[in-house]
Amino acid sequence: MKKLIGLLLLFAVITSCDDKLNIKPFQNLDQEKALSTEKDVLVSLIGAYDGLQSVNAYGGDMHVLAELTGNSGDIFFTGTFQGLSDAWKAEMAATNGNALSMWTRAYDVINRANNVLSAKEKIVSSAETKDRVEGEALFIRATMYFELVRLYAKTWDDGDNATNLGVPLVLEPTKSISATDFKARSTVAQVYQQIITDLTKAESLLPVTNGIYATKNAATAVIARVKLTQGVTGSTPAQLAALGEARDAANRVIASARNPLASSFASLWFTFLTNAGNSPSEYIFSMKVTNQDGENALSTYFGIGVSSIPGSAGRGDCKITATHRAKYTAGDARNYFQQVGTNFYSRKHLDRFGNVPLVRIAEMYLTRAEANFRLSTSVGDSPLADVNRLRARAGLPNLGSGSLNIEAILNERLLELAFEGSRLHDIKRTRGSQSGILWNSPKLIFPIPQVEIDTNKELVQNVGY
Amino acid sequence: MKKILLVCFSFALVFNVWAQDRVVSGKVTSTEDGSALPGVSVVLKGTTNGTVTDTEGNYKLTIVGGGGTLAFSFVGMTGSEVEIGERSVVDVSLGLDVKQLSEIVVTGFGGQIKQDLTGNIASVKGSDIASIQMPSLDAALQGRAAGVFVNNSSGKLGQAVTVRVRGTSSISAGSEPLYVVDGVPITVSVDNQYGGTTNPLVDINPNDIESLEVLKDASAAAIYGSRAANGVILITTKRGKSGKTSVSFNYQTGVSSETRRVDFLNSEQYAELIFRAAKYNDDRGGVPLDDPGSDTQYAKDLMSYHSFGQWDTDPKKTYDWQDQAFQQGKVNQADLQVSGGNDKTKFFASMQHLSQEGIMFGNSLTRTTGRLNIDQKANDWLNFGLTMSLARTLNVRLPGDGAFSNPLQSVALLPMTPFTDPNTGLPTGTPPGDINVGLYYNPRISLDYGRYEQESFRNLSNIYGTAKLLPSLTFQTEFGVDILSQNEEGYFQSQTIRNQTRAANGVGSNASAFVTNLNAQNYFTYTKDIGKSSLNVVAGMQYQQSTAKYADVEGLDFPSDSYRKIASAATKSDGSSSQTEFSFNSLFLRANYKFNNKYLATFSLRRDGSSRFGANSRYGVFPAGSVGWVISEENFLKSVTPISFLKLRASYGQVGNAEIGNFPQLGLFAGDAGYAGAAGQRPSQLGNPDLRWETTEQVDIGLDFGFFNNRLTGEIDYYEKNTSGLLLNVNVPRSSGFISQVRNVGKLQNRGFEFVLNSQNLVGKLKWNTSFNIGYNENKVIDIQGQIIDAGDYNRVQEGQPIGVFYTVEYAGVDPANGDALFYKNTTGPDGSVDRTTVNRLNYTQAQRKAVGKPNPDYIAGMTNNFSFKGFDLSIFFNGVFGNQISTYGMGRFSSANMRFEDNQTVDQLGAWTTPGQITDIPQARFFQNNGAQLSSRYVVDGSFIRLRNVTFGYSLPTSVLSRVKLERVRFYVSGLNLLTFTNYPFWDPEVNADIQAARNVNIAQGNDFYTPPQPRTIMFGVNIGL
Repeated sequence: MKKLIGLLLLFAVITSCDDKLNIKPFQNLDQEKALSTEKDVLVSLIGAYDGLQSVNAYGGDMHVLAELTGNSGDIFFTGTFQGLSDAWKAEMAATNGNALSMWTRAYDVINRANNVLSAKEKIVSSAETKDRVEGEALFIRATMYFELVRLYAKTWDDGDNATNLGVPLVLEPTKSISATDFKARSTVAQVYQQIITDLTKAESLLPVTNGIYATKNAATAVIARVKLTQGVTGSTPAQLAALGEARDAANRVIASARNPLASSFASLWFTFLTNAGNSPSEYIFSMKVTNQDGENALSTYFGIGVSSIPGSAGRGDCKITATHRAKYTAGDARNYFQQVGTNFYSRKHLDRFGNVPLVRIAEMYLTRAEANFRLSTSVGDSPLADVNRLRARAGLPNLGSGSLNIEAILNERLLELAFEGSRLHDIKRTRGSQSGILWNSPKLIFPIPQVEIDTNKELVQNVGY
Repeated sequence: MKKILLVCFSFALVFNVWAQDRVVSGKVTSTEDGSALPGVSVVLKGTTNGTVTDTEGNYKLTIVGGGGTLAFSFVGMTGSEVEIGERSVVDVSLGLDVKQLSEIVVTGFGGQIKQDLTGNIASVKGSDIASIQMPSLDAALQGRAAGVFVNNSSGKLGQAVTVRVRGTSSISAGSEPLYVVDGVPITVSVDNQYGGTTNPLVDINPNDIESLEVLKDASAAAIYGSRAANGVILITTKRGKSGKTSVSFNYQTGVSSETRRVDFLNSEQYAELIFRAAKYNDDRGGVPLDDPGSDTQYAKDLMSYHSFGQWDTDPKKTYDWQDQAFQQGKVNQADLQVSGGNDKTKFFASMQHLSQEGIMFGNSLTRTTGRLNIDQKANDWLNFGLTMSLARTLNVRLPGDGAFSNPLQSVALLPMTPFTDPNTGLPTGTPPGDINVGLYYNPRISLDYGRYEQESFRNLSNIYGTAKLLPSLTFQTEFGVDILSQNEEGYFQSQTIRNQTRAANGVGSNASAFVTNLNAQNYFTYTKDIGKSSLNVVAGMQYQQSTAKYADVEGLDFPSDSYRKIASAATKSDGSSSQTEFSFNSLFLRANYKFNNKYLATFSLRRDGSSRFGANSRYGVFPAGSVGWVISEENFLKSVTPISFLKLRASYGQVGNAEIGNFPQLGLFAGDAGYAGAAGQRPSQLGNPDLRWETTEQVDIGLDFGFFNNRLTGEIDYYEKNTSGLLLNVNVPRSSGFISQVRNVGKLQNRGFEFVLNSQNLVGKLKWNTSFNIGYNENKVIDIQGQIIDAGDYNRVQEGQPIGVFYTVEYAGVDPANGDALFYKNTTGPDGSVDRTTVNRLNYTQAQRKAVGKPNPDYIAGMTNNFSFKGFDLSIFFNGVFGNQISTYGMGRFSSANMRFEDNQTVDQLGAWTTPGQITDIPQARFFQNNGAQLSSRYVVDGSFIRLRNVTFGYSLPTSVLSRVKLERVRFYVSGLNLLTFTNYPFWDPEVNADIQAARNVNIAQGNDFYTPPQPRTIMFGVNIGL
């Protein structure tokens, strides 16, 4: 009889096991339940910032790549990462790993923002919160589309914007994959239109102060940047109109006085080591890095560990050439380089956990100056005054009105914003060249990643890949 | 009660009339000299009822009912089966074993005599691998089991080993076989935070192993259903036998060194090459060589700076940085084994202590294991038993191959860079000296000023009970646990700042993993002989659940380097915990049928349910069947004396692969997306409710043969494995925000043959036997919906090609006119012709990629020769791998790239092109110019090798001496591991798999070298004492 009881117990065990097959993940949530409440939407917005801060996006890669591709004479790149090395030589292949990781991350961030936007109706606590969240998500989405279109497509007015291929526009969150997810590239004009639509709405929705997150000024500043890109050299009526909008947007930011120009250029850096991790108020928008979260890829590649500066770090891959250093005149505070052995490195990026500046007020002065100059206006202030304001901060004498020309303004921009990620875009916008490669060379346009071309037959590759 | 049982289980079989229990006894002797044989296993065939002969060779066995057959078996002797009939005394004599066909082979939930097998099972005995210093237990199969490919991957201690049974049959799911220790499917992977993946099989003492069985074909493996597609490895530990208590003590000690070094440039050669490279740039740019802005001046500054100025005064002084990577390894191992028992109780107990210093500086492993296996006969129908093992392994680890702190990466440092900073006397690059001296970080600093330990505790235990319900029906219940606790602790002092950029004031970390794996199984075994038929049926259930919990914490800013625990960290910079689980619930059935010892058939069926499968496909059924025909039992062959045994067998079945991750089927968000201290979530995975296991259908046709009284035996097998429903991360447009979705699509195929030959060449006083095996496998991806999956630098999965094929531009050598690296265009014209013209780096992107190699070998082979003469024994074991390629791009593009970077170069780079008309394979050296260091077949090389894996020479003291000292056995031996390697591979070791790549994709990114440490060459002395 004992045997029988044992056996019956055994079969009881067998039949009771089936419900043990329903195991749910422990640190993940079902996507259907993930956006049910206001709190869910708020944390999803933070998730979008987290994506934005990734090294492959505004954690620095987008800036590093734009500097390397636009700067072969100013940087001596001795690093061993193939993707970066090829970018520095403007010899990217369609399989370039950095081109792939940036593309992937940008669309990941866009999807995160789209998730937030799709669930904005869940925000019921206040209209202000709902507006803020929507504004931030639109801002984040717009910045990623702006980076994508200016890295992976022909620059504005290089031919016909209405037929030049931009990047695929995805405005809804992805919950599953169907044929509609295999999107073709929208045109450059369509992508810019979306960016302006998003940013304009974001500017209207965002609050004037918002902690470390996107503010009204952040949206306005990026509008200035987008419009300056569309303004090119002001050689058509449309370009002139765009320059006017860029000027006005820059002026709005400056006039708001919420992001005043810092008195000392050197005070803008080492945010972790000397400023308790806070961005100076000159930063209109930045990515916050802490020793617990986030990385600064600019520091990784431009920085180097210097014994006398505890907390400095980096691979020391980007050595700043004598050619570049010769561009500064004596006494220029922006001649801001660290010598290690016989090599020089940008001091802007030595701080291991330094915040990544994305747009700061100095750029707004330069944008206003450039646009005013090309439009022969003095909205806000004269171009000369704006340029001299930055020169004075750098410890340099004022330029006389006779020596102010567009080259001087652009040179001031180069020195002020060196190695902050704008070089490639400035060359394209101003129709310049670098190391003999012209602004419209296919070599300065990143490839649509090969894997994306292989996967999505709707996509057309850029010329030269 | 018997009636109730019958009703309850409705076994529609007729049972014999019950008879009285009775006792059969007898004596077992040796045919050769008539001496008594102790320790012979005596089993009533088809039951678990058995005993072992005592020291006088006598046995006594209680049997139920009338008659039956007694099976006698003893290692080294031929087994014998004797009908009992009405006898109460059954004496037998056993001959020396010249055939291996009658041994019992473990088959999973039971065992079977080898000659009755209809499936393909390779078996390795514990005695074959005793006293060989193996990296881990799985390495024992290397070269010893046909069709089982084992790659030790790295010379770092305790690292993961790659094992593939009959090829890689998955792209994205696991490809490692299922490991089952004494019935418990064990944990074979656990996440770790540092360096490459470690191997939890390291926790098992190889000397505890009685046998390793590899279930290769579907018929053999299908009893493990959805987990059997990669083969199943059954590990059986030793058990006690009744009779004299036997005590065995073994001690071995040895030293080891790297199997090979690579020649790098000395200082003079380096300077010559870098000046050549710099001059090219300067000449092109019209810059005078002595211009301060010239590349030549840059090169001078470089060599001066990185040698503390020493190069300026002593340009010949050279430092071989491999001296700073390699050390002399040491091995010490002590084993104690005690076994014995009586009619009621049998036991096996063992202890082992192993302490090992690796061939890489700073790498060591210490392991202590204990085991107790007990079998207890409670009464005439009930047996209980227990296996229990405990292990503690401490691995002082090295970083991953890809880390600057990997000691072998120091070969990239300039040859003029001294080991020590003359200003401080500390390793170069150590603060307060200049930390930027050294082209890269000096890995030695991490070893001198940092430490990373992984300590694990492992309890593998199983308890069973066997009840004999009826003479022909037994019931076995088992409950097993595999508990793995792992702790990793690291501390890196501020001196490591150049590498550990967060270590300004020290960085410490501590990570724990707890993996609890429970297994319960219950099954009935029914054995019945009816006339000339015999039937064996196993049916039961198995339930397994595994829970893994992880936690880690990291701290920065320690008061001083004397404080190393996180308690003292001012900043707790990182911390996490996570958990994951899976479960399986299964039913299984297997029937073996034999008629007249001639015709054999096996059928098996398993139904698996798993938490890993999608809601729409939670259960899978896996059937298999096989048949065998013992031709040698037919009358027309019985008279052919040279043929002692001949069996034809064929099997077919379906098995699955459920190593698809724990929650691949769900659409998920992850809560790991915080920003600047605020919590955040993100979409993390696309769902697929239809997701299920991968299915492998396998056909195997085999012939087992024995000639000349079975002195020559062997097996020939042909197999074809077709895997469908491959689990693929199907690429989705990344513009969706996702990279891929997991789906069951795609097919791949493995097919090949295996050949095993065992020969007793000499059987007299001088004995010589040879075991040889070779396996050929051809892998082809049939259908992955036109996708291309890239991994590593070259590896990809593409239809029509083997998995992981090296796919790249074909290198065309050097243009003799100008030193340009050339690449074949290989574009196909409209007429199908291939354009074999070449392009240089400027038009590199025009060159089409093609398959230039593959990481998995065509042939794997092994050969063991054993000799014995009087007290001497000698074993020589070779294994070989043929037809695979290895990518050396990981280091080649830095170290063998005609000075593309500043890294020190391998000596062959001196042959770089210099003069028009020069014929060479190495392009002109151009500083920081990519002239040939692009991805191309230049860095895909032959990976074939033959290795003299082991030679063991032993001498046992003669009985005359032993009887005086009252010992049973004293054997001295010397054993050498990896003594010789025959290969064309240019870097350290062709037996390689960089952990940096392997971590990314274990199935695809194979065959990559990335400054990966080589295997050790070990020489050991040992003594074995038995009493």
